[in-house]
Parts: sequence; structure tokens; C-alpha cells
Amino acid sequence: MMTLLQQLPPECIRIVIAAAVVIGFVFANATVMGYLERKLAGRFQRRLGPMEVGFHGLLQMPVDGLKLIGKQLTEPNNVGGIVFYLSPLIAMTPVALPFLVIPFSPHLQVIDLDVGLLFIIAMISFNTIAVFLGGWSSNNNYSMLGAMRSVAQNISYEIPILLSVLSIVLITNSFSLKTIVLEQSRFWFVLVQPVAFLIFFIAGIAETNRAPFDLPEAESELTAGFHTEYSGIAFSMFMIAEYTYIFINCALATVLFFGGWHGIPLPFGEYSSCIWFLMKTYLLMFVIVWCRWTFPRVRFDQLMNFSWKYLIPFSMVNLLLTAIVVKL
Amino acid sequence: MQAGKKNKPIHYRYFLNMGPQHPSTHGVLRVVIGMYGEYVLSIEPIIGYGHRMHEKMGESRPWQAFLPNTARMDYACALPHQHAYVRAIERMTGVAVPERAEYLRVITTELNRVVSHLLWLGAFLLDLGAFTPILYTFDDREHILDILENVTGSRLTHCYFRAGGVVQDVDDSFEPAVRACIKRMRSRFEMYDKLVTKNIIFIKRTKDIGIIDRDMAVRYGVTGPVLRGSGIAHDIRKAEPYSVYPELDFDVPTGQNGDCYDRYLVRVEEMRQSLRIIEQALERMPGGDVRTKTPKKLNLPPGDVTSTTEGARGDVTYYVAGDGTETPYRLKVRSPCFSNLSLLEELCEDMLLADLIATMGSLDLVIPEVDR
Amino acid sequence: MNQYFSDLLNGARSLIEGFGVTLKALLSPPVTVQYPRETIPVSAGYRGHIELIIDEESGSHRCISCGTCARTCPSRCIEVKGEKPEGGKRKELARFQLDFTRCSLCGTCVEVCPVTALRFSRVYGQAGYTREEFMIDVLKRAGVQK
Repeated sequence: MMTLLQQLPPECIRIVIAAAVVIGFVFANATVMGYLERKLAGRFQRRLGPMEVGFHGLLQMPVDGLKLIGKQLTEPNNVGGIVFYLSPLIAMTPVALPFLVIPFSPHLQVIDLDVGLLFIIAMISFNTIAVFLGGWSSNNNYSMLGAMRSVAQNISYEIPILLSVLSIVLITNSFSLKTIVLEQSRFWFVLVQPVAFLIFFIAGIAETNRAPFDLPEAESELTAGFHTEYSGIAFSMFMIAEYTYIFINCALATVLFFGGWHGIPLPFGEYSSCIWFLMKTYLLMFVIVWCRWTFPRVRFDQLMNFSWKYLIPFSMVNLLLTAIVVKL
Repeated sequence: MQAGKKNKPIHYRYFLNMGPQHPSTHGVLRVVIGMYGEYVLSIEPIIGYGHRMHEKMGESRPWQAFLPNTARMDYACALPHQHAYVRAIERMTGVAVPERAEYLRVITTELNRVVSHLLWLGAFLLDLGAFTPILYTFDDREHILDILENVTGSRLTHCYFRAGGVVQDVDDSFEPAVRACIKRMRSRFEMYDKLVTKNIIFIKRTKDIGIIDRDMAVRYGVTGPVLRGSGIAHDIRKAEPYSVYPELDFDVPTGQNGDCYDRYLVRVEEMRQSLRIIEQALERMPGGDVRTKTPKKLNLPPGDVTSTTEGARGDVTYYVAGDGTETPYRLKVRSPCFSNLSLLEELCEDMLLADLIATMGSLDLVIPEVDR
Repeated sequence: MNQYFSDLLNGARSLIEGFGVTLKALLSPPVTVQYPRETIPVSAGYRGHIELIIDEESGSHRCISCGTCARTCPSRCIEVKGEKPEGGKRKELARFQLDFTRCSLCGTCVEVCPVTALRFSRVYGQAGYTREEFMIDVLKRAGVQK
């Protein structure tokens, strides 16, 4: 056994371990996030949330996951055949890839790509395709409306995300996430780029289809939007993907604006400083959950207006100002 | 933002079947929407899923047997229905009502109105996609429902009024409980102001959406907060005063534009006015009996009577015709939601789907009342 | 242009105020009760299904089996049967059956009873798996109470 391991190139073993850890983390994050959301929703609404399964309902999410796996996959009449089953897979598969370039701590990064930032943003947009295919192939008007909304929304919100991220790139002169974090050893970029952060964060909420921008799955209008016809594990794949995208978005915000792993020095800082990273990320995720349980949903055209009238002009002005200040 | 129905080829239209099971139709209402993209071209509400022939039930049994039915039409605000019915019977048979009973009727009805508006507030915001306010309004509702349960015996389908008074007198805990509840409610309004009224998303979602102008409101026979939202100060409690309402001082709030936001403001202000009415009624409530002794068998004399009260959703009218027996010869109910629903077809043309949901929510429809 | 920026500022302020409301709720204790484990007292005026009042003196119910309640019941869910015992003069209650699935708890039966033999019970939160569980033998229940 050992000889076999020694014969393999070390890079190969690293990739296998990383893949296992990343996929494990995706599921763990969905479980934690699902639990936190339900618990926080409860507390925001002055109730207790899940309390029955395990201590304070800790086992609720795993049990729910098991239940969803056990459920039958119902297939409505005349659905788009293979596409109907493919779209949850398309939603689920690319969520693991952005983890490869996220620097959790100085040493906990699978690979430090030169274009890590662009890689993540490209991977995030995959979700749109999955949502669109799922909604389109469901043979349901509600699903189709949800899919259409999702595409329009994601395309118009990609622009402010890119523009706000660019101002950070202008400061650091690098697309590598590790370099960006290292640049923040003295101060966090949120201090110099608060507007960019706000734009990034708001657009990120819209990009991940979270309330108050959860138009593709607006319950009160479209029953469940694009995943109306999905049941069992297919539905849970969409949910896991959604939670993972939230995590990636918040992790990216942490990397770009909140100094990544920087914090009070810890023993074995090379590895253990990922605690700071996770703490910041989950704090941002708390804010997203907080948003969802506070505000009404915006309307479809208002969402677009907000992007085109506020976010894009502001991010452009911000970028211009940054460019002038940095390059002068 | 208008799609312009006439400019669009009709074959682009597709149909969206909203309901009978849909989170925003609040009951078994089915709405067939002809759509063009996100725009609503035509809309056809289809009712009758919850039809239980209440009127026929009223005509086939002694009049006392219809009392529980009155609570099962507008289940969210049962007491005005009951009030209208017992008033019709009282006027026909000439049964007198003790003053204390009238005050109790007014207090419980106004409590019921607050409960109903709170339910609407939560459901309306749920339609707009805000999940949390409904839990807060239910929290408030529970406090009032506790009082109502203690008085009427049930939390939802109250069966409390009888011809000639009310079922039972209240106990000593009633007045302090109601006063505490009023105090609590007043402090909660500030919270709702912050969470809802001033919220920019809420304002954008409801301002200038679903505008019902005066003319249209009158044409369709719209009543209640929907009519008052359009700027017509018509309230049965003022227009055709009944019970002890003439002795109580309260305002009739009206809106300016007749949009969803105005209807929201009118309802919230109505809750405040209801609290005022309850306070005054508690001050003035005399002692004494709560029920006049009526003969066991009380025949309805030949002739007919209509009686109207102000429900939480509009005018509730009961028409009862007697023929000398215990059983009404004809019983007709005019429920406000039916008229309020009927304007949906004209109102929602060329609207966005999301606005249709908001408008339907702002009408405060209770479908079992439409179907009866 | 003024409108543009005032919209943004007022909007942002209103959203932050909204955040404040929910944060306050987050930090205040829950108002709910974990129902099957904890219960709150049933209010005094609560109406459960009807039951026969047991006289403390005689130790028996007062029902004279006149059947007025059964006749006035809007849902016709009460069945009363009286039987003359051998040699007895008055009818005695032999059967008092309530079909609780149809009862609307209006209270007409309690009001019309000429000897006030009926009252509402305090049975709360009734639930069952079969229809038969709601066919309540009121007389038998009264017997159990004795």
C-alpha cells in the first residue's frame, strides 16, 4: 500500500485529498447553513426553530437530508427528458471548484491560480445555467418564469460584481486571491473601498438568488419558481448548491474586503488562522440570513432598475476614483 | 411599464392557472391569468370551490340554527356577520337588547376587527415576500384571541351573539385584560411602522400599484377599507349607525390615491380607531343584564328586513324574509369580498404578475365568504 | 437628481431601521410554547364538547331526556333516548350520544336545556385517527366522572 502511494506523484495524492475535503465541506456547509438559517429564522420571528431532533434540533438537517434522499423522484408529464435530471447535477457539480482557489489560511489553499478571482466568478455563473435548464425543462409555467427571471437577474448583476471587484484588482495589481489577502496585512480593503464592498455584497445576494432578491423562487408568486417540479434529492441538490454559492460569495467578500485569514495571531497560524477566515465568512452569511428574514421581496423590474440605476453607476464612479487615486 | 394589451398579438398569450392551491390566493380561489411574458393580459377569477349553500341552509331550518353558520363565512372576522344576522332577527321579532349587551357586542366586534386586520397585515406582507411580520402579527393576535376565547368560547368561529343579547356576561378579568392588550397593541404599531410602513421596498412594491379610482370603486360596489382607500369616507358605523356606535367617537380614515399603500394605511389606521372605540366603550359600559328573555319558540312574522353592519372587509348585509314560522322564508347574504373580488378583472389588466399578487393581497379576500 | 439621492438615503435608512427591529426580536426571548411538552392553561371560557353536569347532592345528572337539545341542534349531532324503567313513572336517560365530528360548538344545546343539565367540557386539543373516536357517549363519560 505504502509503495503504491510512494509511486504516485505527490500532486495526485494532494488533489484526491483536496477533492474529498472540498466535497465534504460542501455538504457540511449546507448542513450547518441550513441549520443556522432555520434556527435564526426562528429567533428572528421569536420562536425556537427546530428543537426536536437531537439537542436543540442539531440533527434536524442530516435527518431531513436522509428523508429527501429516500423520497421518490416525481416526474411530471412531458418534462424535457434528460435535461430535467441533468440540471440539478449541473447545479451541484461546479460548486466544488471555487474551493480550489480560496485561501483559507496561508497553507490551506489547494492551488493558487494567477487568475483565481476570475475563475471563481466564472464558476459562480454556472448556477444560472442550471437554474435555467431546470426551469425550462420542467414543463411548468411557474418554473419557466422563474428560470427567465433568474437569467435576467444574474446577467445584470454580474456587471456590478465585476466592476466592484476590479477596484480591488487595481489596488493589488493581481487576480491571485493569495496575493490580495497578503496585501491586506496592514489594513482591510473594506476601509478604503466601502462602496465597492456594499455593491459586491448586494449584488452577491442577488447573484445567489437570496431574499430580498429571490425572484426565481418567489414562493408567493411562483409557488416555488424553478424548482417547483423537483422532489427528493434533486431538490436538495439545488438547495445544497444555493447554500454553497452563498458561502463562496461570502468567502470571496472576506478575501477581497475583510483581510482573509488575517486576525489576532494564533499558534500554528499557517493552518489555524483559517478560523478567522471562517468566522468572518459566517458573519457575512449571518447578515444574508438577517436580510432574508427582514425585508419584503423586490419586484422584477425594480431589481433591474436598482442594478442599472444605482449599482452600476456607483461602481463605475468608484472604479474611476480608485483608478485616479491609485495611478496618480 | 405598461405592456399595452392591444398592441400584442393574442397568440403570444399563454395561460397561468393560479390556484386553487396557490400560496397567494388565500383559500380555494382559482385565477386563470392570460399572460404575455411577465405581464398579465387578462384575468378571470373562478370561484365556487368552497360553496356550502349557506343561504339554503338558513332557509331550511329554524333561524337559531343559522347562528353558527354566520361565523363560517368570513372566518377571520365572524362577529360582524353575526351582528348583522341577529340584528335582522331582532328587528323582525321586536326583541329588545339590553344596553350592556350592545356594548359587549361593540367591544368584541372591534377586537375581532383588529384580529382580522392583523391577519391581513401578516398575509399581505407574506404575499410581498416578507416572512417575519406574519409571525409578529400572529403574536399580537394571540393576545386578543385569548380574550375573545374567554368571552366567546372559541378562538376563530365565534358564536357569541344571540337575538336579544349575548350568550354570557364577561368576568372581572375582561376589562383589565382588554386595557392591557390595547396598551400593548399601541406600542406594537411603532414597530410595524419601522418594519413595514417606512420600508423602501414595501413602499416601492405598493405605491401606485393597483389603483382603484373613486368611479371604479363605486361602479363595482366596493366597500370597506378598499373603498375608503379610494378616498370615499363610507363607513356603515357612521353612515347608517347601529348598535351604540353613534355614542362613540371615532374617525373614518381615508386614502388619497386608492393604491395598495393607501389601503394598507387605511387598515392600520382602522386598527388604531378600533382601539379607541374599545376604550370608550369600556368607559361607558353600564351594568345589568346581557340578554333579554325570549320565548323558546320565536316565530318570524311575515315581512322582510335587511340589516347591515361594517365588517372588517366591508358592508355585511343580511336580508331575512319571514312567513310566520320559525324558519326564514328567504335568507340572503351580501358579503363584501364578492364585490371586492369582482373588480380584479378590470383592475389587473396589463399588470406585472408580482403586482397582481400585491393587489389581490391588498383587497383582503376571504374566499369562503365569496363562495358561501 | 435630488429624488435619486434622497431615495437612496431614505431607502437605506429605512432598511437599517428594519434591521434594528429584527435584531431586537433576535435578542428577545421567544414567545412560543413547545406545545406537546409545555402547555398553557386553558382559558375559563373555553368550549369543549358538551358533557352532563353531575349534581353534587344527588350524585347523578339532571337530564330528563326531553330531547330539546337534539331538536335544536343545528348540526343534528346529538342523540338522546329515554326509557321508562319497569314500574317507574318518569323517563330515564338511556343514551346520550354526541357526534363531535359534526358539532360546531355553537352552544345552542346548553342554552335551551330546560333543567341546565349540560355544560361545555374542558377537553382541549382533541385529535384522533378514526371517526369513531369522536362519537362521544356523553352518558358514559358522566358515569366515569362519578
